[in-house]
Amino acid sequence: MSAKVEINCTVNKQQQTLHAYPMERLLDVLREQLHLTGTKEGCGEGECGACTVFINGEIVNSCLVPVAQVEGASIQTIEGIASDDQLHAVQQAFIECGGAQCGICTPGMVMAAVDLLERKPNPSGEDIRTGLAGNLCRCTGYMKIFESVVRACRK
Amino acid sequence: MQNLIGKSIPRKEGRKKVTGQALYVDDLRFPEMLHGTTVRSPVARGRIKSIAFGGDIPWDEFAVVTAKDIPGANYVALILNDQPYLADEVINHPEEPILLLAHTDKYLLEEARRNVRIEYEELPAIFSLQDSLAKKEIIWGEDNVFKSFLVDKGNVDDVWSKADFVVEGEYHTGAQEQLYIENNGAIAIANLEDGVTVWGSMQCPYYVHKALIKLFSLPEEKIRVIQTETGGGFGGKEEYPSMIAGHAALLAWKSGKPVKMIYDRAEDMVATTKRHPSRTRHRTAVTKDGKLLAMEIDFVIDGGAYCTLSPVVLSRGTIHAAGPYFCPNVRIDSRAVATNVPPHGAFRGFGAPQSIFALERHLDKVAKTIGLTPDDFRRRNFIHAGQTTATSQLIREKVDMEGLLNRAFELSDYYAKRELFARENRGSSPTVREGAAISLEPTLTVGLLPRSALPTPRIKKGIGFASFMHGAGFTGSGEVYLQSVVGAEATAEGYVRILAASTEIGQGTNTIFAQIAAEALGLDYDLVEVAQPDTANVPNSGPTVASRTCMVVGKLVESAVLGLKQTLVGSGLLKGQYTQAEFRKACGDYIAKFGPLKSFSQYQPPPNIHWDDDKYQGDAYGAFAWAVYVAEVSYDPLTYEAQVDDFVAVQEVGKVINPVLATGQIEGGVAQAIGFTLFEHVVWENGRMINNQMTNYIIPTPADIPPIRVYFEENPYAYGPAGAKGIGELPMDGPAPAILNAIENATGVSFNHVPLMPEAMMEKALVTSK
Repeated sequence: MSAKVEINCTVNKQQQTLHAYPMERLLDVLREQLHLTGTKEGCGEGECGACTVFINGEIVNSCLVPVAQVEGASIQTIEGIASDDQLHAVQQAFIECGGAQCGICTPGMVMAAVDLLERKPNPSGEDIRTGLAGNLCRCTGYMKIFESVVRACRK
Repeated sequence: MQNLIGKSIPRKEGRKKVTGQALYVDDLRFPEMLHGTTVRSPVARGRIKSIAFGGDIPWDEFAVVTAKDIPGANYVALILNDQPYLADEVINHPEEPILLLAHTDKYLLEEARRNVRIEYEELPAIFSLQDSLAKKEIIWGEDNVFKSFLVDKGNVDDVWSKADFVVEGEYHTGAQEQLYIENNGAIAIANLEDGVTVWGSMQCPYYVHKALIKLFSLPEEKIRVIQTETGGGFGGKEEYPSMIAGHAALLAWKSGKPVKMIYDRAEDMVATTKRHPSRTRHRTAVTKDGKLLAMEIDFVIDGGAYCTLSPVVLSRGTIHAAGPYFCPNVRIDSRAVATNVPPHGAFRGFGAPQSIFALERHLDKVAKTIGLTPDDFRRRNFIHAGQTTATSQLIREKVDMEGLLNRAFELSDYYAKRELFARENRGSSPTVREGAAISLEPTLTVGLLPRSALPTPRIKKGIGFASFMHGAGFTGSGEVYLQSVVGAEATAEGYVRILAASTEIGQGTNTIFAQIAAEALGLDYDLVEVAQPDTANVPNSGPTVASRTCMVVGKLVESAVLGLKQTLVGSGLLKGQYTQAEFRKACGDYIAKFGPLKSFSQYQPPPNIHWDDDKYQGDAYGAFAWAVYVAEVSYDPLTYEAQVDDFVAVQEVGKVINPVLATGQIEGGVAQAIGFTLFEHVVWENGRMINNQMTNYIIPTPADIPPIRVYFEENPYAYGPAGAKGIGELPMDGPAPAILNAIENATGVSFNHVPLMPEAMMEKALVTSK
């Protein structure tokens, strides 16, 4: 493994200087160096979406991103979705509609829903299904997650 | 007095979960913590000849644990205690743990794992229940049989010659991975002075506690097990956490440092438990007017290499094998057998989805044989209060299967669709007129196939159903043996804390316990807290399994908190009628005067429950949940794919405590069962799962699941908290047969195994078209 390098980026609006192997997964660096453990590992191969974050506003699986790629980038994680004590409408809707059960897919699912509503403020049923199709949940059967998204966009 | 029962109060820990603040085991860290890993067997069966440590690895920096390092007994204490923590000489399945390693650097740890060189002498192995039954090799005990049951009601042998029809069938189900999104994991701190403390993702802290007592040969107060937030279980974290917690603790014991052991997905899938594969044979005698005379059922499950929980899984599968029907003569012969695959284990439904799949497919065949519709035939045989089940359990509660069926049919428009599909399917073929089947699709549909763009309509549609029941709580005398206890304590500020070992794994334990307690005491929901399951602080309320948490443990929560009230009233500090403020003040006064205010409640069986463990006859469960599920499918004869377009789930589960949580249980179970039926195919090669990734073991995504429409009938159960019964496993039982019944309705072809993959449909379609 090559030597560690310095990487500068912003994470949840804070400037960070990271020291990591270039090929370390962004997921691990976020969790282990910055202790942002809301980003979860489910599969490690980009299938489940539990590790979803935004890089420069783009939704990505952080388990597939070598940390060297985020030099100069702006990263947002689940910890940066609520502002102060005010939950995002998606988070509030997940609580009210039962969109979270065990909670392990929830941060990633919330990120995917936030991304969807930013792109399509009034999504159709089909938009919701395809918009969340990169995120797997084993508890809910997705119905209450769909309801949560519908409720969030009514707010 | 408030009315909290039947209200969809948001889940207690919801805010932590949606903000990413909830702490799962991999989110915890300790100073000087090492990472642990497991060296596993590549062979299915054999002997270990030698172990060597190769490569350019600084081995002296590693903690290394083999079977020789185990301070106590080298077995995972459960039922038969036949499974070692670490293989000592003999290997019985691929991926069997042999040796443990720990180091601070997890990248170097992985390098080291690959450089442990183990030589084996391979022995012949068996990988199927057929080979096990045929005793191709004897790999366990004298006959490969972990457990067998015989249920005998009436006398089936008197019936065969007199029956108008005798119908036979054989049915198979495959393995299924629980696929909780959080992999198994544990962190341990262990030394002689303080004993062993484990944090982990788990369903049953006291199972882990019991196992560690034996592994370390320490007194029970020296073992402490703490459940961290758990990212799904579905049975997959019932028995396996005892293994990974033991491994982490052995490494911590050896190294003197905290050790974290977290599986990645590939290891979790290849090495941990799955649903037992099964084979069921039915032989059924009926009269020409459709009355069941005799059912003979031969039920076999593949337990894998060690016994683990197979006897209990077999028990539940056996008892559910004859379904919610009255039949005077029933014989169920069942066995759990050994193969050289990793042990199969608990998974939602616990044997019942396997045997109910067989029954509900078979009854469609019986109906067809005697010329009745599937529903007409079942209506003639549904069980009613006053009749007896296969184990001769007298049904005392009101049961209205016919009412559930009628409601499910109405909601799914069953009869009209049956007729419509029969007409349209005749017309649908690649060469026939356009536009026919497309209009049948429901409005909120599954965006998989761009069917409306197809040049010719070819999709065949079908609708089918299954009727079934699921017993809540441990089978037979199980709850009596468990002797579960729940505690409640009040704080000086008048908060009430529930002390129970029942875990929140997503199903809503925290929330319903708080609802039940607050309702019983007439307090606000927010005044009730549920303690984190920690064996140092909570009593043994039994495992979080068997759809028992709400019905059995919830009832103990209710009586424990009522005990607090009784104590306060008995002490003269509280009147029988009180306001919340008076209750809170009384708690403070009591604690100031007498010290801590706690109350404990222990399980008492409902009256008139009798079970004969030897004859397997009697009251198998205190209560059953009853259900009828209807599936609507489409089948594409070009791609050989089937998909579920609409799903109606109607059930009676007693009083519903929290409708959103209860509906979520049903929807999640149905989705998981759709996966079991059409998606989730474990591919085996020499006893080892070779598609152990989410990339090639496919579970349903948001794009794959149809609208799941859930309805409850409520018939309060006298011995459940506020009238509730069990719910969690029920939705796993019905979808597979309902979907295959619908596929037969669509295609006219009978498929009798799950998972039903397109390849199997193609094979059969090619054969039948010849």
